[in-house]
Amino acid sequence: MPHQPFLAPSSAGKSMSPIDRSVLELCQCHGISRRRFLEFCTAVTATLALPSGYAQVVATALSQKKKPVLVWLEFQDCAGNTESMLRTSHPTVEDLVLESFSWEYHETIMAAYGKAAESALERVVREEKGKYIVVVEGAIPTADGGVYCTIGGRTALDIAQEVCGSAAAIIAVGACAWDGGLVRSGPNPTGALGLQGAVPGLNVVNLPGCPHNSANTAAVLVHYLTFGQMPALDPLNRPLFAYGDIIHDQCERRAHYDAGRFVEEWDDEGARKGWCLYKMGCKGPEANYNCPTVQWNGSTSWPVKAGHGCIACASPRFWDTKSPFYERLPHPAGFGVDVTVSEIGWTVVGAVAVATAAHGITSIVRDRRSSEPTANQASEKTGSKEQQSREQR
Amino acid sequence: MARIVIDPVTRIEGHLRIEVEVNDHKVTDAWSSGTMFRGIELILRGRDPREAWIWAQRICGVCTTVHALASVRAVENALGAEIPENARIVRNIIAATQNTHDHIIHFYHLHALDWVDVMSALKADPAKTAQLAQSISDWPKSSAVYFKAVQDRVKTLADSRQLSLFGGGDWGHPAYKLPPEANLLAVAHYIEALKLQREFIRIQAVLGGKNPHPQTYLMGGMATTMDGNEADAVINPERITLLNQLVANAQTFVRQVYLPDVLAIAGFYPEWFQHGAGIGNYMTYGDYSGDSTKSASGFSFPRGIVLGRDLATVLPLDPKNVTEYVTRSWYEYPDGDQAAKHPAQGVTDPKYSGPKPPYEFLKTEEKYSWMKSPRYDNKPMEVGPLARTLVAYASGNPQVKLLVDGTLAKLNLPPTALFSTLGRVAARALEADIMVSRLSDWVAQLDNNMAHGDVRLHNGDKWNPNSWPKSAQGFGFHEAPRGSLGHWVEIDNKKIVNYQVIAPSTWNAGPRDVQQQRGPYEAALLDTPIADPERPLEVLRTVHSFDPCLACAVHVVQANGAARDKRR
Repeated sequence: MPHQPFLAPSSAGKSMSPIDRSVLELCQCHGISRRRFLEFCTAVTATLALPSGYAQVVATALSQKKKPVLVWLEFQDCAGNTESMLRTSHPTVEDLVLESFSWEYHETIMAAYGKAAESALERVVREEKGKYIVVVEGAIPTADGGVYCTIGGRTALDIAQEVCGSAAAIIAVGACAWDGGLVRSGPNPTGALGLQGAVPGLNVVNLPGCPHNSANTAAVLVHYLTFGQMPALDPLNRPLFAYGDIIHDQCERRAHYDAGRFVEEWDDEGARKGWCLYKMGCKGPEANYNCPTVQWNGSTSWPVKAGHGCIACASPRFWDTKSPFYERLPHPAGFGVDVTVSEIGWTVVGAVAVATAAHGITSIVRDRRSSEPTANQASEKTGSKEQQSREQR
Repeated sequence: MARIVIDPVTRIEGHLRIEVEVNDHKVTDAWSSGTMFRGIELILRGRDPREAWIWAQRICGVCTTVHALASVRAVENALGAEIPENARIVRNIIAATQNTHDHIIHFYHLHALDWVDVMSALKADPAKTAQLAQSISDWPKSSAVYFKAVQDRVKTLADSRQLSLFGGGDWGHPAYKLPPEANLLAVAHYIEALKLQREFIRIQAVLGGKNPHPQTYLMGGMATTMDGNEADAVINPERITLLNQLVANAQTFVRQVYLPDVLAIAGFYPEWFQHGAGIGNYMTYGDYSGDSTKSASGFSFPRGIVLGRDLATVLPLDPKNVTEYVTRSWYEYPDGDQAAKHPAQGVTDPKYSGPKPPYEFLKTEEKYSWMKSPRYDNKPMEVGPLARTLVAYASGNPQVKLLVDGTLAKLNLPPTALFSTLGRVAARALEADIMVSRLSDWVAQLDNNMAHGDVRLHNGDKWNPNSWPKSAQGFGFHEAPRGSLGHWVEIDNKKIVNYQVIAPSTWNAGPRDVQQQRGPYEAALLDTPIADPERPLEVLRTVHSFDPCLACAVHVVQANGAARDKRR
């Protein structure tokens, strides 16, 4: 359901196209240079892995007069996804919330409060019906009539149904809004579910992670502005550009894994040399995310680079399926893989491939042994991307 | 008599509802309610205590990392794990960065709009704004051209009729007192602070891989590694220079922007040094040790209690005296709701008895919140930067005394003015100043240790669960941005069997107790002037001055029961 019409790059061959002029005007009134504006369009284009020529299309879409309306709902959350959004550097958060979008409801940062805040949300649902973007953060409690989360006296479920039901596009950020996340992990005292579980039938784009990496979310928002549709998704409705690859395959420590150089104890010599954290419980081989490439906080670092294993925070039901976090993959003891891995140090690359396949098989066994339902029905039918990737090996 | 409801209270973390009664334009009673519950402590039961911090960290994403620190300290305390000196320093750097970062975001993005009329900035003369800015600070950006560009940005928003985050604000409210130039100055710095916070927090990404929710603690130390001769060590000379630069930039911002702005804005609202004191009891666990995680004597921020606004006496704090009531909270204790429980014996049994949603008013004469009511020696306590500052001040801490006295002199106010809404705001800014200066000390210490070959960051003596006693109990404290945070853990047979958290906002935002004593928010709201009951901006000023964090504040624990055991 496109909100913004697709806007082709201008073909005007003059020294300055109309589009260039509008961009320039925009930049001037924002007190930012045209060069800086185009730099960030280029950065977004790169994050989305689009051809470089699309930077101009992105720039054009961002300079439209009437800004698309965005509302951000928070339910059983920790506001970690909100905070992550505040750290975004391309586009910068100030551009995103003040200029690229009309960011009209977001409890953590909006000026309005109480009745005025409620009215702002009502206005969007009423007057922008079918045209606005809704971002959802946090799980939704369904036990006991929804009393575990109320806002303005209404339940989270009630609000989610109404606001998401009239939106043009829905984005679930973070693990909790995706599949219930930590709130839903055993024993799930409040009957918490992710958005798709709580409000079936919605077409939701999921940006899981704990929290979501706002570099990805910003790119998805800009993609939507630019093309009027969401980027390509995997079977769990996660954008492929961010969740299409396994962390282990992108990891800067992968060469050490292949060479059999492992951290054996915390803070040992291997740890200081940046060797592989597999034996310390790293879940990178079972995790899909672009952490190693996009990294965090202006591409400063990511958990493995900072010395701690990955906890697979963008994987389905990761709190229950990937913990204990310090236990080495594969999870079930006695499968013989530990022996195989300890041998990797002296074996050739072919043996590594066999060992990696073995990790995958045991992990599938573990996932299917789990008595807990998986993230949503889709994941049971199609298998998660992680599982598919493993099966392809 | 009118009952006014503010729900959602925005520009906070979480879901807070305030109901107040207003008579003759004054608040005559108030109720504070947390309206969201997750039950994270229940979820922690049955888990490996070494990973408790990963779970507990998710209690809050705004004050991210503070629960990780309190949690790992609690488990180390239970199991007798010691941490190396460098791990203590790295933890201090991460925590002090969080504290400073949180204070800056709080002032500019959560609290400022209670004092700053964004739309009034359109009427400002940019040249006069530059004069004002230059009169209070050496911040090099303060030119007329710069302020004109910011004003144009606001004008674009206003002209488009799409005010975005600024839509629906109380612009034009009679309680706003700043001249247009001061409003423009503050709006400019609102945007500057958005930029600064994004950069400054990279310290946590360097040391912990990411923010929010850095991923770097270990029971016994840190996963962060250090080596002066390794490109792939997490801390090496190149990273030290980056940390130094990030700290220096933050220090410049705190001293040239944040502190001068707080003083300038406070100068226009002198009456708010008289409103909002509340209960007048201040408590802090103390933190940021100079030499050890265990000794309270070495704390940069000392432990203690100031009771009844008496700055002549600092009382010692004994953690045994901390208890929680559920008399007015949506929980039940098995032996009745009249008696309080120590967190180590805490019980959780959520029993909602409020009105059926959708509802208009809470049943405030009964139970009315998901928050419990923590008490020290049966007294409500205010915690947070003001409590820390007052305890340090009353203890004679020279650095705090110098800063506080200097600030009071500039504002021409007595120390008793600190017992107020703006007292909290000022204490937070002064604390940020102290924190950033400590940050550079700690980075220098790390650098020095690295240069001398001391690179240890983890002590693995207790890592293997076979080295643990069959059962153990422990607690961990941290002075988080919003105040005193405590985690209590009980371990049996290598698993967590009981977990309890009392967060700063539980102390401050909790409801009444068995003796009908109001919580700190509720007490602070009494006598608040209300110019326009339809737009109770003044209520927000006092509530926001505490920097509410509701995800932290609502939590539960279950001492007995086998629900968790079904998981595996």
